[in-house]
This record gives sequence, structure tokens and C-alpha cells, in this order.
Amino acid sequence: MRMDSSALLENRQTPHRVHTTTGKIGIFVSAQSSSSSSTPQPTGTAAMPFGNSHNQLKMKFSSEQEYPDLSKHNNHMAKVLTLALYEKLRSKQTPSGFTLDDVIQTGVDNPGHPFIMTVGCVAGDEETYEVFKELLDPVIQDRHGGYKPTDKHKTDLNPNNLKGGDDLDANYVLSTRVRTGRSVRGFCLPPHCSRGERRAVEKLSVEALGALTGDLKGKYYALKNMSEAEQQQLIDDHFLFDKPVSPLLLASGMARDWPDARGIWHNDNKTFLVWVNEEDHLRVISMQKGGNMKEVFTRFCTGLTKIEELFKNKGHSFMWNEHLGYVLTCPSNLGTGLRAGVHVKLPNLSKYRQFEEILKRLRLQKRGTGGVDTAAVGGIFDISNADRLGFSEVELVQMLVDGVKLLIEMEKRLEKGQAVEDLMPAQK
Amino acid sequence: MPFGNTHNNFKLNFKVEEEYPDLTKHNNHMAKVLTKEMYGKLRDKQTPTGFTLDDAIQTGVDNPGHPFIMTVGCVAGDEESYEVFKDLFDPVISDRHGGYKATDKHKTDLNFENLKGGDDLDPNYVLSSRVRTGRSIKGYALPPHNSRGERRAVEKLSVEALNSLDGEFKGKYYPLKSMTDAEQEQLIADHFLFDKPVSPLLLGAGMARDWPDARGIWHNENKTFLVWVNEEDHLRVISMQKGGNMKEVFKRFCVGLKRIEDIFKKHNHDYMWNDHLGFILTCPSNLGTGLRGGVHVKLPKLSTHAKFEEILTRLRLQKRGTGGVDTASVGGVFDISNADRIGSSEVEQVQCVVDGVKLMVEMEKKLEKGESIDSMIPAQK
Repeated sequence: MRMDSSALLENRQTPHRVHTTTGKIGIFVSAQSSSSSSTPQPTGTAAMPFGNSHNQLKMKFSSEQEYPDLSKHNNHMAKVLTLALYEKLRSKQTPSGFTLDDVIQTGVDNPGHPFIMTVGCVAGDEETYEVFKELLDPVIQDRHGGYKPTDKHKTDLNPNNLKGGDDLDANYVLSTRVRTGRSVRGFCLPPHCSRGERRAVEKLSVEALGALTGDLKGKYYALKNMSEAEQQQLIDDHFLFDKPVSPLLLASGMARDWPDARGIWHNDNKTFLVWVNEEDHLRVISMQKGGNMKEVFTRFCTGLTKIEELFKNKGHSFMWNEHLGYVLTCPSNLGTGLRAGVHVKLPNLSKYRQFEEILKRLRLQKRGTGGVDTAAVGGIFDISNADRLGFSEVELVQMLVDGVKLLIEMEKRLEKGQAVEDLMPAQK
Repeated sequence: MPFGNTHNNFKLNFKVEEEYPDLTKHNNHMAKVLTKEMYGKLRDKQTPTGFTLDDAIQTGVDNPGHPFIMTVGCVAGDEESYEVFKDLFDPVISDRHGGYKATDKHKTDLNFENLKGGDDLDPNYVLSSRVRTGRSIKGYALPPHNSRGERRAVEKLSVEALNSLDGEFKGKYYPLKSMTDAEQEQLIADHFLFDKPVSPLLLGAGMARDWPDARGIWHNENKTFLVWVNEEDHLRVISMQKGGNMKEVFKRFCVGLKRIEDIFKKHNHDYMWNDHLGFILTCPSNLGTGLRGGVHVKLPKLSTHAKFEEILTRLRLQKRGTGGVDTASVGGVFDISNADRIGSSEVEQVQCVVDGVKLMVEMEKKLEKGESIDSMIPAQK
């Protein structure tokens, strides 16, 4: 975005608030004085830097009157949010003004599915996970296999700690991919961010990515300026993301102002890709044909580390803490935010009666090759780690590597008409 | 997000240029009007319920529009939106409503006796007649902005009012969330059932939040008077029947509306109304009377005449397919209704429909006989 040095200085802004590349636009803005604004300060929120008129207005209605009808709902939020909990949290807001109703709107609007348990709540900023911990802690616990509010999450992005992973049989493993998300501290998340914030995130990200070199050197394609040719190429490369259509995402407000400040960056080799301002501030993807997960993971770690360094040089960190790991929009992506997977041919094994059980024991999940909620085609499955939180990046990729190796062994056995019972793994 | 204006103050840390939406590819009324300067002027404001400029324009930012169809691109979150953001809404209203000025007065006339004729539209051509409008209950935020508590309160008040109607208006309420399959089938068969909006214009404004909570359909036993609760507006009131007796339809419409209003008043609730904007509704396109009075009419010949569009313009009418706005006509049957909403009264608008449709049916008959209609082309009303 254009930082016009001759831009008008709004008289309600103090001079040091003019946004520059080195400025910290933090949410704790001490300089904001209320006298120039016509906003009335609500009562009872003196500790909060800002007021929230509509939330205050809603307090005139009783909790019963405002509490959502969740009787037909089946998602993590609905399982947790009792009337009593709603009452307790409804008057709260984060420093940027995100409220309980903002958190749960997507879960209220999308009752869920009997077979697929959706999360039903999102974060609007880093503080959401703290201010609304009484809702989000049990949601996290339920979603992430019993992860407790007191648990610590370890981050390990050292690819040298990965054992093997460079020899997955390319006759079976067609492609390999690792993705994660990152949020830039001090900015609101996609459900809540303003255009100014989103553009600031884009600007910072593009500058950081523009400084990458060597194998990671690449180019940014802003969604709103893309030429027809560029668009077609990105579609052919399976890189292009489009405006969300899922009602889960739309209801949380993530598609507002589309396609403003959204874009795709990738390196010249087309093995490292970053999505800017889609479901998270950044989605980072390392991928290539074949089965060399070690290489994919190494590039992933190297790239992420470099990007983080570049951000730090500008005075920005990623949102992270030792309990939740990397903080992302959806509670399902907390921790590592990592999904490491392969497209692998398992036509025989996938029909084996214990296939689901094997995956479960290996802590893996299957998807169709179109991504989540698609069906497998031609016996080819997307196999990836099921966990996100409570395990490090290395541990998750290790499980994927070891698990896929075993699955292929079993596939080969079944091809030859041999038994696989002796290969059944224990629960990891 | 439609909720929350706390964030609005936080956004003031960013410059106007940084927050101003990119409207370069947009074609809607909001985009034509909202300059960066205006954005700078209005962005720190909020209504008493906390509705902000970004809330008002979000739907227009998210839906750039169409080269042929000019959408409004902004909505009201409460009654005060039209005042607090008048610098935006006044020019939008003027552009949308044929030059209606900020100083103009709008007259309301729901006295059905003032309608001349309208009971004799030829039923060989006019298949059905319908009048609809919307009403907002003063003191509650509007569908883009209201909370569940407010929406439920509107539902409760409305259902109480409707359930106390009697005579030809005696009827029953069907809340969307507890409808039985049988009830749903029947309402679909009667063409009464409304569903969760799918239009990105509505979704982008936040009107579908918490669906189907506090939404429902009320209709009288005769199935000639129907009220939608908490769809695009607090209330949508519809009077309809087969055939061409618009006089009867309009009478029922006026009587029913008045009865409901009286009951609301007894409980100390009014409709949102003022002498400049008339009835206040969510979308600026529905201000004034909020009235669309129309017929489904067979005009297979006239609709292919070179001057069909011109005739409609001069009669201050518009055409739609029989599936409603944005649908195509089938079998030469058109939905013909008044084009205006503000600056003329209910009686005047229905009079236009009645007189205009009468003329068009005559023209159709002439064309059937192979005769010319050039002498019948009306002057601009």
C-alpha cells in the first residue's frame, strides 16, 4: 500500500501514529485521546481503551434473551457454551473490541453436521484466547485430544531433527506438502481486521518476502491486480486461492473487502508459496512432486525462519506463546498450525477393513486429493497428521513420514496378496 | 462485522487512505457517492447503537455491482443511520429516487378510498394482484445490526399484534425454526415461504445472522394477507389474491396495516417514520412508501413491441419476471409494478399501477387485433 509521505495528517491522530514501515501499530495505543472523537465512553469499561456501544446496548436484554438457540447445533462451541457461560462472558471485549458474539457468530450460523465436528468459534485478535478463555479452553481441549489449559506446547522447526523422510517410495507417493499459518502480532485477525490493518499486514509481508534470496527468491501477485495470464498460470500450478465460499468462513467475516490486500507469493521454483490474508495473515506452504519430505520440510523451516527474521528486523513478531504455540484464527490450527501430508496411492489398503483404525493409531487423517471434505479419486489419498497442538513440528512430520512408510509397506503386502496383521501399529 | 464499533476507534489510528475502500471496480450508488473526503469526514461517527460508516457500506464494498443493474450498496442499521450518515445517504437517496432532495417532504396516504377504480382489471390478462411494503419498529436496530435479543423482541411484539387480529385478518404464525414438514410443504405450495437469503448483497450486510432464530411467517386463514417477520426488514406486509381486483387488495392492505399499527401503538410502539423519508426501512431503495404494488399480467405482444420499455418508463412502472426481481418472464407473463417508492404516496403509486396496467392491457388487445397503438403511447407521468 502506498505510504504517501504527503498524506494528510488527521487532526485526531498524533504525529507518531503516522504509519511507516518501522512503526508499531499496536493495539495498545496510548496516544488515542477521546476528546477529538464523537464516541461516547460507555460506563463500566474504564479499564478498556475503547467502548463498544452495541455490546453495551445488548446488555439491556437479559442473558436468556440474547443467548443463542443451540438446540440443533453440533459443533465444539455449542457443546461448551451454556447459558451461564454466555452470561459470564457477554459483557467482555478484547482491546480491539472483539466480543463474545463476534467469536461465536460462525458457530451460531452454522449448526454443523452429525458426522463432521466443526469448531464454531474464531479469534479476532491475539487476546481473544485470553479474554474468552473460559469458552476457548474447553473447545481447545475437546478439539485437541485433551490439551489442558496448563499444558505447554513445544515448537521445533529444526529440520535436522527429522529422521529419514527422504526416501518415501515415489511409485506410491506422488507429491509432498507442508503448510502452516502465521499471524503478525499487533494486528487483528481476518474475522475482525479493518482494511487498514489488512493492508498493513500485506505491505509488511510483501516487503519481507521480497527480501528472500536464493532458492526462495520469488514474486508477489496481488489478487486485485492479477493479469489474465498470471491468473491462469496460478490456477494451472494449483496455487490460486479464491474468495471463500464456505459458509463457515463467510459467517465469521473473513471475506470482507475481498480481494483487497489479498495475494499469493511464490518462489521462482514454485516450491514455496505464501498466501496473504486468506484465512490467516499468512499461510506458508512448501511442496513438490515425489516423496522427499525431508527436502520439503527443510525448505519449509528455512523459509519460515527467514521470514520471521525479516519481520523481526522491522519490529514485528509472529503471535506465539508457550501454551498455545502459534496463534491463528481458528482454534483448530493452534500449536504448530501444521499440516504435513502426501498424495499417496493406497488402492488396496484403503479398502482394508482396518484402514481407519490404522490411521487413527498412527495419528494420521485421510482426505480426498481436492482437500478437506473431498473424496479420494483412483485410490489416491491425501494422508496427513491429525494433530496440531501438543506436538512439535518435527514430531508431527516424523509421525507422517514413519506412518506413510508403514502404509506403503502394507500396500505392497496387500498387492502381493499377503497379510498385514503383523504390521498393525500400536496407538501412538 | 456488523457488530461492534469499538474497533472503529482503533481504526482511526490508520489514515483515511489506509482505511478507504478500493472502489475503482465498483458500480453501485454508494461507490458513486463515497469519496475519500467523505469517508474521512464520516468514519469516526457512530449511531447511538454503535453502527458505523464501515457497517453501512460493507455490503457495497463486498459487492462491486453490475454494469447493468445499479445496486444501492449501503444499508441502515437503525433509524439514526439516515441522520448520522446523511452526507452519504442523502445523495444516494437522491440518485436512486429520481432526484429526491434532502429538503423534500414525503406524503403518506393509506386511505384506500382515495384510489380510483382498480376493481376492474381484466382477469383474462391480469392473473394476480399484490401489494407489499415493509415496516420497522421504532427503538430497535434493523436486520443488518440487531442482536438476537432485539430480533426476538420484534418477533414477540409482532406476533402478539398479529394474533390479536380478527375477522378477515384472523390468522396464525409459523416460526421458521419450529415449522413441521407438513407446514413447510404447505407454505411452499402457497408461495409464502421465505428462506435464508442467498444473495451476497444481503449476506454481506449481515441480515442472515442467527438464521432462523426469530424469523417467521404469519398469514390469515384466507391466505390473502401475509406478514414476514425479521427477513430483510422487521416486517414485510403483503396483501395478494388471484385476478385483477387491485382495489380489494389495496383495501385489505391498508386496513391490515392500520390495525397492526394501532395494536403496536397500544403497546407504546410506533413504526419508524418521518416526514422526509416516510417509512424507514433497511435498504434506502425502500424508503418512502416501501410499497411495491404489482400484477402478474399477460403481455406477450406488447412486451415485444419496440416501445415497451419506453411505455413503462413513462407510466413510472417497472417489469420483472414472475419469479421476482432479476428473473426472466415466462410465457409472456410479466410482473408489472410501480417504479417509485419515495416522493409519492401509497395511493398515488397504486393508482399508477392501476391506470398503467389498464392502458397496457388495452394496448395488448389492440396489438392482438393487429392494430397500431401509436396513438395510445402515454406522456411521461
